Amino acid sequence: MTRTHITCTINGDEVEFLCDQDETLLDALRDEVGLTGVKEGCGTGDCGACSVLLDGRVTCACLVFAPEVDGTTMVTVEGLAEAGQLHPLQQCFLEGAALQCGVCTPGFLVAAKALLDRNPDPTETEVRYALAGNLCRCTGYDKIIRAVLDAAADMQTATNGGSTAATTA
Amino acid sequence: MTVTEETTTSGPGYKWVGTRPIRPDGLDKVTGKARFGADLALPGMLEGAVLRSPHAHARIVSIDTRAAAAMPGVKAIVTGADFPDPAELGGRPDEEMVAANIIARDKVLYEGHVVAAVAATSRKQAQRAAAAIEVEYQPLEHVLTVDEAMADDAPLLHPDLKTRGMDPAPEEPSNIASRISHERGDLDKGFAEADLVVERTFTTKPVHQGYIEPHAAVADAGENGRATIWCSSQGHFAMRTMTATVLGWEPSKLKVIPAEIGGGFGGKTVIYLEPLAVALSAKSGRPVRLVMDRDEVFRASGPTSGTKIRVKVGVTNDGQLTAAEAWMAYEAGAYPGSPVGAGGMTILAPYDIPNFSVEGFDVVVNKPKVAAYRAPGAPMAAFALESVLDELAAGIGMDPVELRLRNAAVEGTQASYGPKFPRIGFVETLEAIRDHDHYRAPLGPNQGRGVASGFWFNAGMNSSATVHVNEDGTMTVVVGTPDIGGSRASMGLMAAEEMGIDVAKIQSIVADTETVGFNDVTGGSRVTLATGAAVVEACRSIKADLRARAAKTWDCDIEEVEWVDGQAQHAGGGETPLSLQALARKSGRTGGPISATASLNARGVGAAFSTQVCDVEVDPETGEVTILRFTTAQDAGTAIHPSYVEGQMQGGVVQGIGWALNEEYIHDRDGRMENPGFLDYRIPVASDLPMIDTVVVEVPNPAHPYGVRGVGEVGIVPPLAAVANAIAAATGCRLVDLPMSPPRVLAAITGKADG
Ligand code: FES
Ligand code: FES
Repeated sequence: MTRTHITCTINGDEVEFLCDQDETLLDALRDEVGLTGVKEGCGTGDCGACSVLLDGRVTCACLVFAPEVDGTTMVTVEGLAEAGQLHPLQQCFLEGAALQCGVCTPGFLVAAKALLDRNPDPTETEVRYALAGNLCRCTGYDKIIRAVLDAAADMQTATNGGSTAATTA
Repeated sequence: MTVTEETTTSGPGYKWVGTRPIRPDGLDKVTGKARFGADLALPGMLEGAVLRSPHAHARIVSIDTRAAAAMPGVKAIVTGADFPDPAELGGRPDEEMVAANIIARDKVLYEGHVVAAVAATSRKQAQRAAAAIEVEYQPLEHVLTVDEAMADDAPLLHPDLKTRGMDPAPEEPSNIASRISHERGDLDKGFAEADLVVERTFTTKPVHQGYIEPHAAVADAGENGRATIWCSSQGHFAMRTMTATVLGWEPSKLKVIPAEIGGGFGGKTVIYLEPLAVALSAKSGRPVRLVMDRDEVFRASGPTSGTKIRVKVGVTNDGQLTAAEAWMAYEAGAYPGSPVGAGGMTILAPYDIPNFSVEGFDVVVNKPKVAAYRAPGAPMAAFALESVLDELAAGIGMDPVELRLRNAAVEGTQASYGPKFPRIGFVETLEAIRDHDHYRAPLGPNQGRGVASGFWFNAGMNSSATVHVNEDGTMTVVVGTPDIGGSRASMGLMAAEEMGIDVAKIQSIVADTETVGFNDVTGGSRVTLATGAAVVEACRSIKADLRARAAKTWDCDIEEVEWVDGQAQHAGGGETPLSLQALARKSGRTGGPISATASLNARGVGAAFSTQVCDVEVDPETGEVTILRFTTAQDAGTAIHPSYVEGQMQGGVVQGIGWALNEEYIHDRDGRMENPGFLDYRIPVASDLPMIDTVVVEVPNPAHPYGVRGVGEVGIVPPLAAVANAIAAATGCRLVDLPMSPPRVLAAITGKADG
């Protein structure tokens, strides 16, 4: 079978890879590009473990065919920290013990970033609905929701304080 | 949404124990670097696929793999014939059952039972080849519930299975694998003394552990009769033992390297893919990776038992429980081994009841073999008992917490399952809920409040740990129990406390089966207790060694050297203290590298209790139940890392809420699962829930160096009844069948069902 050549931008880098016509973006990211931070929990769009930002929109990578991403820009969990500085969400997840096993964490971080990018000051209810497509079986969500609210508050403080630097480790 | 508080009563002057440092493995897990089961790829690796039975019960007439084997890229195919006959393993019956569950030989016993496995150059090709294997089945009649399986003329899963625990032993085979019983006192007399007796029958459906990471294994079989397995599990030593048994190998021929584990809750204490991957690798001469799809996880791993439980309890008007009778039947799935034993031991354990009888049955049905699920067997039992207690309290006009307090087991109570309780914290959890502002908060229309309690034994078992002092004055703690929810952090905290050094100077790692001594699984809430005790013991050996080395340096008696705040001090104060780093640097001159190992069988487990209160609102139009507020009080003994203790409590509660309201295996008439995906098997999502308030009660376990009890499991025991009791308070209807999904609740409140 002829394989399709894809060029796209992932986490700021231009990336090229070959994929099958019917290969999912999830499989391509994991197997062709080597970004195994993107997880498979279901393969059917129901768990959010495979969440990536595709041209800024949070997307289940298991529901997209890899040939569709030619020319797009993507962010995965591997691209959240910038220049060695953790994203405030990552820092708040660590400090708030918002992960137990951690397999859902990449998807939550990506989905939460998408939320804060469009709504920097969400209510608890807004966070709960924005993350309703991400399943976590370990935490009962309590500490995840708190970590997202904490990160939002930290980012607000950083912005209001006139500093662009995020709070990091 | 509610405002929450997180109360922690502080321990006895610890410096590190009870603090909340960032866990050592956290950074890798928020940056996507952590490697879970499916994340490893080896050079030349093949991908596998598994062919599973479409029938609930059938005889395998023939398997023809020729067409599949001829397909391009197909490198190996295995069927039951490639494995030793389980009956000839010469092992214990439960080992035979594990082996028979891994791959079928002459019969398939449930939809999803493995029939063959294929390795090929791509996953898709392996799947196509698996589909091309021709299997001829002769379908047999099947049984799906305990009622069907226990019927006189039921079709038999195992023609030789005769019920154990019966006197006299039965002559005829049946689907009842065993019977358990506990009795005390005089049941008739007890019920005669009661002013009120309530009897109800409850049912629960099989539910899955629902870990987000599917099972995965990579195996690489070498030419010298050895193999290496990478897999995510709750215990790589157990994986090694079980895999070796199924393959007929010596365990030492296998090396198992633990991957990070993406949730287990009991369901990853058993093997599924590992022997298949090794067999495929041995046959193809290449590494092989096998990963389950989510629907395979549902159809063929886990779940826990569906149950039918009848409970009858008597109480006097002043709230004394006088007698209790329980009849319990648990589905085992296709092979014996339901947790009915634990169900029977836990059902009455929180209470001091003078007269009781408990009888339980382990029943095989044509569903996947059940696996442990968080406090295995206890939640369904507590659902039944705690629902009846609620009705009794209402019947005699007593507050439900007060009823429980009057009958609560305390230190010295003879537990219903045998031993006398040492110091336990059940009463403290009840008082914590009674005194919580949640318990008095006002409720609106269609709202109700329920309470329930639960018990779990906790486990001890075998653990080994090795501790090294590095030349830079840091320490490495090496354990062999996978970290499933922050245990590396708690090991580091106990080591820091013991050594008097900063927790940041301690690196905790989980090592493979050849690098650290034997460890039982991460399960039974045992790791902080038992592995923690091993870490503490190893640290104590190291401290003794360090003191001896300081004494040698100072040319004094070891008794004159104390270990204080991470350094050796001379009792007389005549010498400059020697830090850990200083002692590490000169270790070459004082006796060589500094390390110690401790291996132990942990005794003195501390039982765990939890009491929970739940507020619900029931929509009278749709029957939908919304959880408005939830508070859980649990005795942790000592909370080593309080954040992860709270996390265990919250996670257990939410799994219990899912079990209560939504989750169930739905089978069609042919015994095929109709909802093998997260869309139709609905686990709770963030928007379903409020915050889960935690009250960490600390009644230290006297038998552990830091008072640890174990916190992983008991949190899932009370929620089923707490939610049911809240629904009863909101609607006046007593629901006895789980899940309490909208149609069921609606039927109850509109009078179309039992109410
Ligand atoms: S793996 Fe894509 S949503 Fe679950
Ligand atoms: S932390 Fe385990 S699934 Fe979320």
